[in-house]
Amino acid sequence: MSDLRDLYQELILEHSKAPRNFRAVPDASLHAEGYNPLCGDHFTVYLQMEGDSIRDVAFQGAGCAISKASASMMTQTVKGKTKTEAEEIFHRFHELVTNQPSANGASKGDDLGKLAVFAGVRDYPVRVKCATLAWHTLHAALEGSQQPVSTE
Amino acid sequence: MSSVAKQQASAPYSQHQDTGRFDVERIRLDFPILHHPVRGKTLVYLDNAATSQKPQVVIDAIRNYYERDNANIHRGVHFLSERATEEYERARRTIQHFVNASDSREVIFTRGTTESINLVAQTYGRKNVGAGDEVLVTAMEHHSNIVPWQLLCEEKGARLRVGPIDDRGALLIEEFGKLMGPRTKLVALPHVSNALGTVNPVAELVGMAHRWNAPVLVDGAQAAPHIQIDVQALGCDFYAFSGHKVYGPTGIGILYGKGLLLDAMPPYQGGGDMISSVTFEKTSYNKLPYKFEAGTPNVAGAIGLGAALDYMNGLGIARIAAYEEEVLAYAMEAVSALPDVTVIGTAPHKAGVVSFVIEGIHPHDIGTILDQEGIAVRTGHHCAQPVMQRFNVPATVRASFAVYNTKAEVDALVAGIRKVREVFA
Repeated sequence: MSDLRDLYQELILEHSKAPRNFRAVPDASLHAEGYNPLCGDHFTVYLQMEGDSIRDVAFQGAGCAISKASASMMTQTVKGKTKTEAEEIFHRFHELVTNQPSANGASKGDDLGKLAVFAGVRDYPVRVKCATLAWHTLHAALEGSQQPVSTE
Repeated sequence: MSSVAKQQASAPYSQHQDTGRFDVERIRLDFPILHHPVRGKTLVYLDNAATSQKPQVVIDAIRNYYERDNANIHRGVHFLSERATEEYERARRTIQHFVNASDSREVIFTRGTTESINLVAQTYGRKNVGAGDEVLVTAMEHHSNIVPWQLLCEEKGARLRVGPIDDRGALLIEEFGKLMGPRTKLVALPHVSNALGTVNPVAELVGMAHRWNAPVLVDGAQAAPHIQIDVQALGCDFYAFSGHKVYGPTGIGILYGKGLLLDAMPPYQGGGDMISSVTFEKTSYNKLPYKFEAGTPNVAGAIGLGAALDYMNGLGIARIAAYEEEVLAYAMEAVSALPDVTVIGTAPHKAGVVSFVIEGIHPHDIGTILDQEGIAVRTGHHCAQPVMQRFNVPATVRASFAVYNTKAEVDALVAGIRKVREVFA
């Protein structure tokens, strides 16, 4: 059985208490809203693009520790990345939080840097949507979606 | 299940109740699920407002029906069909007495409270609510007592009006009365609020609505497990509750309606059992209550619900209410006393529910950490988003109680909340 500390890692708690890039970007070139209707989580992700690259990224809103920490660490991770690179990280992050660890014990998060702290989420299926809300919202912003994203 | 629990199952509590004392430990033996650990911990089940656990007598009643009595009802001439019909109709009479309806024909089996409300909206509502009319609800409704009326109002060009609540979560009675008038064609309100636990003064509110000739539907989903229901004393026109919240199975519930109103209402769904004769030119409908029970009903569910109410009656509704009140008062005091904890819903008259938030910690995180301790609570908006908006919170943690909960379990909840605060310290 998983231990609580596997989910609530120090780094996650720390980011949830002091989220990075937690601000509005009034002149953002792209932004999108994301909701998690069942728990009431609600974030806006702002992007300042330079060509195909994410020059600046920030977020605002309210949510649980997992969703907030995930949003915070996402902004740190994708800053300076291209759209394609960011989407690829989202893809691997999604695999990390939804898949069971492989039989030989190797973690899929090895190449995800500090985002690997979210590996514990896979033992809590109902919390996957918390961990991915900001990423779905980022994806919607990159796609220029006008519709708010919902994880339900 | 322990051997003691098995013995208990074969002899329902009501048959060997011997002292005046409310013996909760003995009651707990009637519920097999309470003795199965979760996450390696003893289960502390505090999500009873979502659904209650089932005593062995209910589980046995359903199994016995399928093992010995299963047949379709109201149709066959054969032995089993007669027996299934008899059991189904006996369950209806048990419910009649449980809500103190004057006639068993006023008790209609539905899938649950939600279907009961939709039934009234789609039959009474569509017939009697027109353009410019009003349907009045309260600010503490469950979504299932909002959306059916919204659909009706949209279709008819009518207006949904909402009676406000105060900061404790109590209905503002005078304001509610001011919203009534000649255009009020129906009033719908909860007997007990699912998100806040507030108990409404239903009889008084019914009296106010009747002065405008507006019938009143009472959502009793959260009241039926906790307080004595007497539809004649309440004076309400419709009363709905779900089987699974009163220790019965899912997929069964009831609608009580006054006979005169039900008789005048068009049918809800068409099909078998709800007709008296059919030709391609015209169908005449069956009498009450069958007019509203199209198709083969949930026979096992009805029988299970009957067994659940027999079980509650065996314990004594007044004794259940008194015991639960004691546990709730203990929980309200213990949870309120915790630092940084705010209880949402502090109306003077409450039943079954302690809803709360902790400063700086999201309810979802609280729920996950409590779950690790074996404590099952609900976190979220509890299908009552307008209530969350009223109190300006995205969600709450809701601990909700049943007859088998103990003060020791409240202590476990309090210890769990302390653990939450340690994790987030």
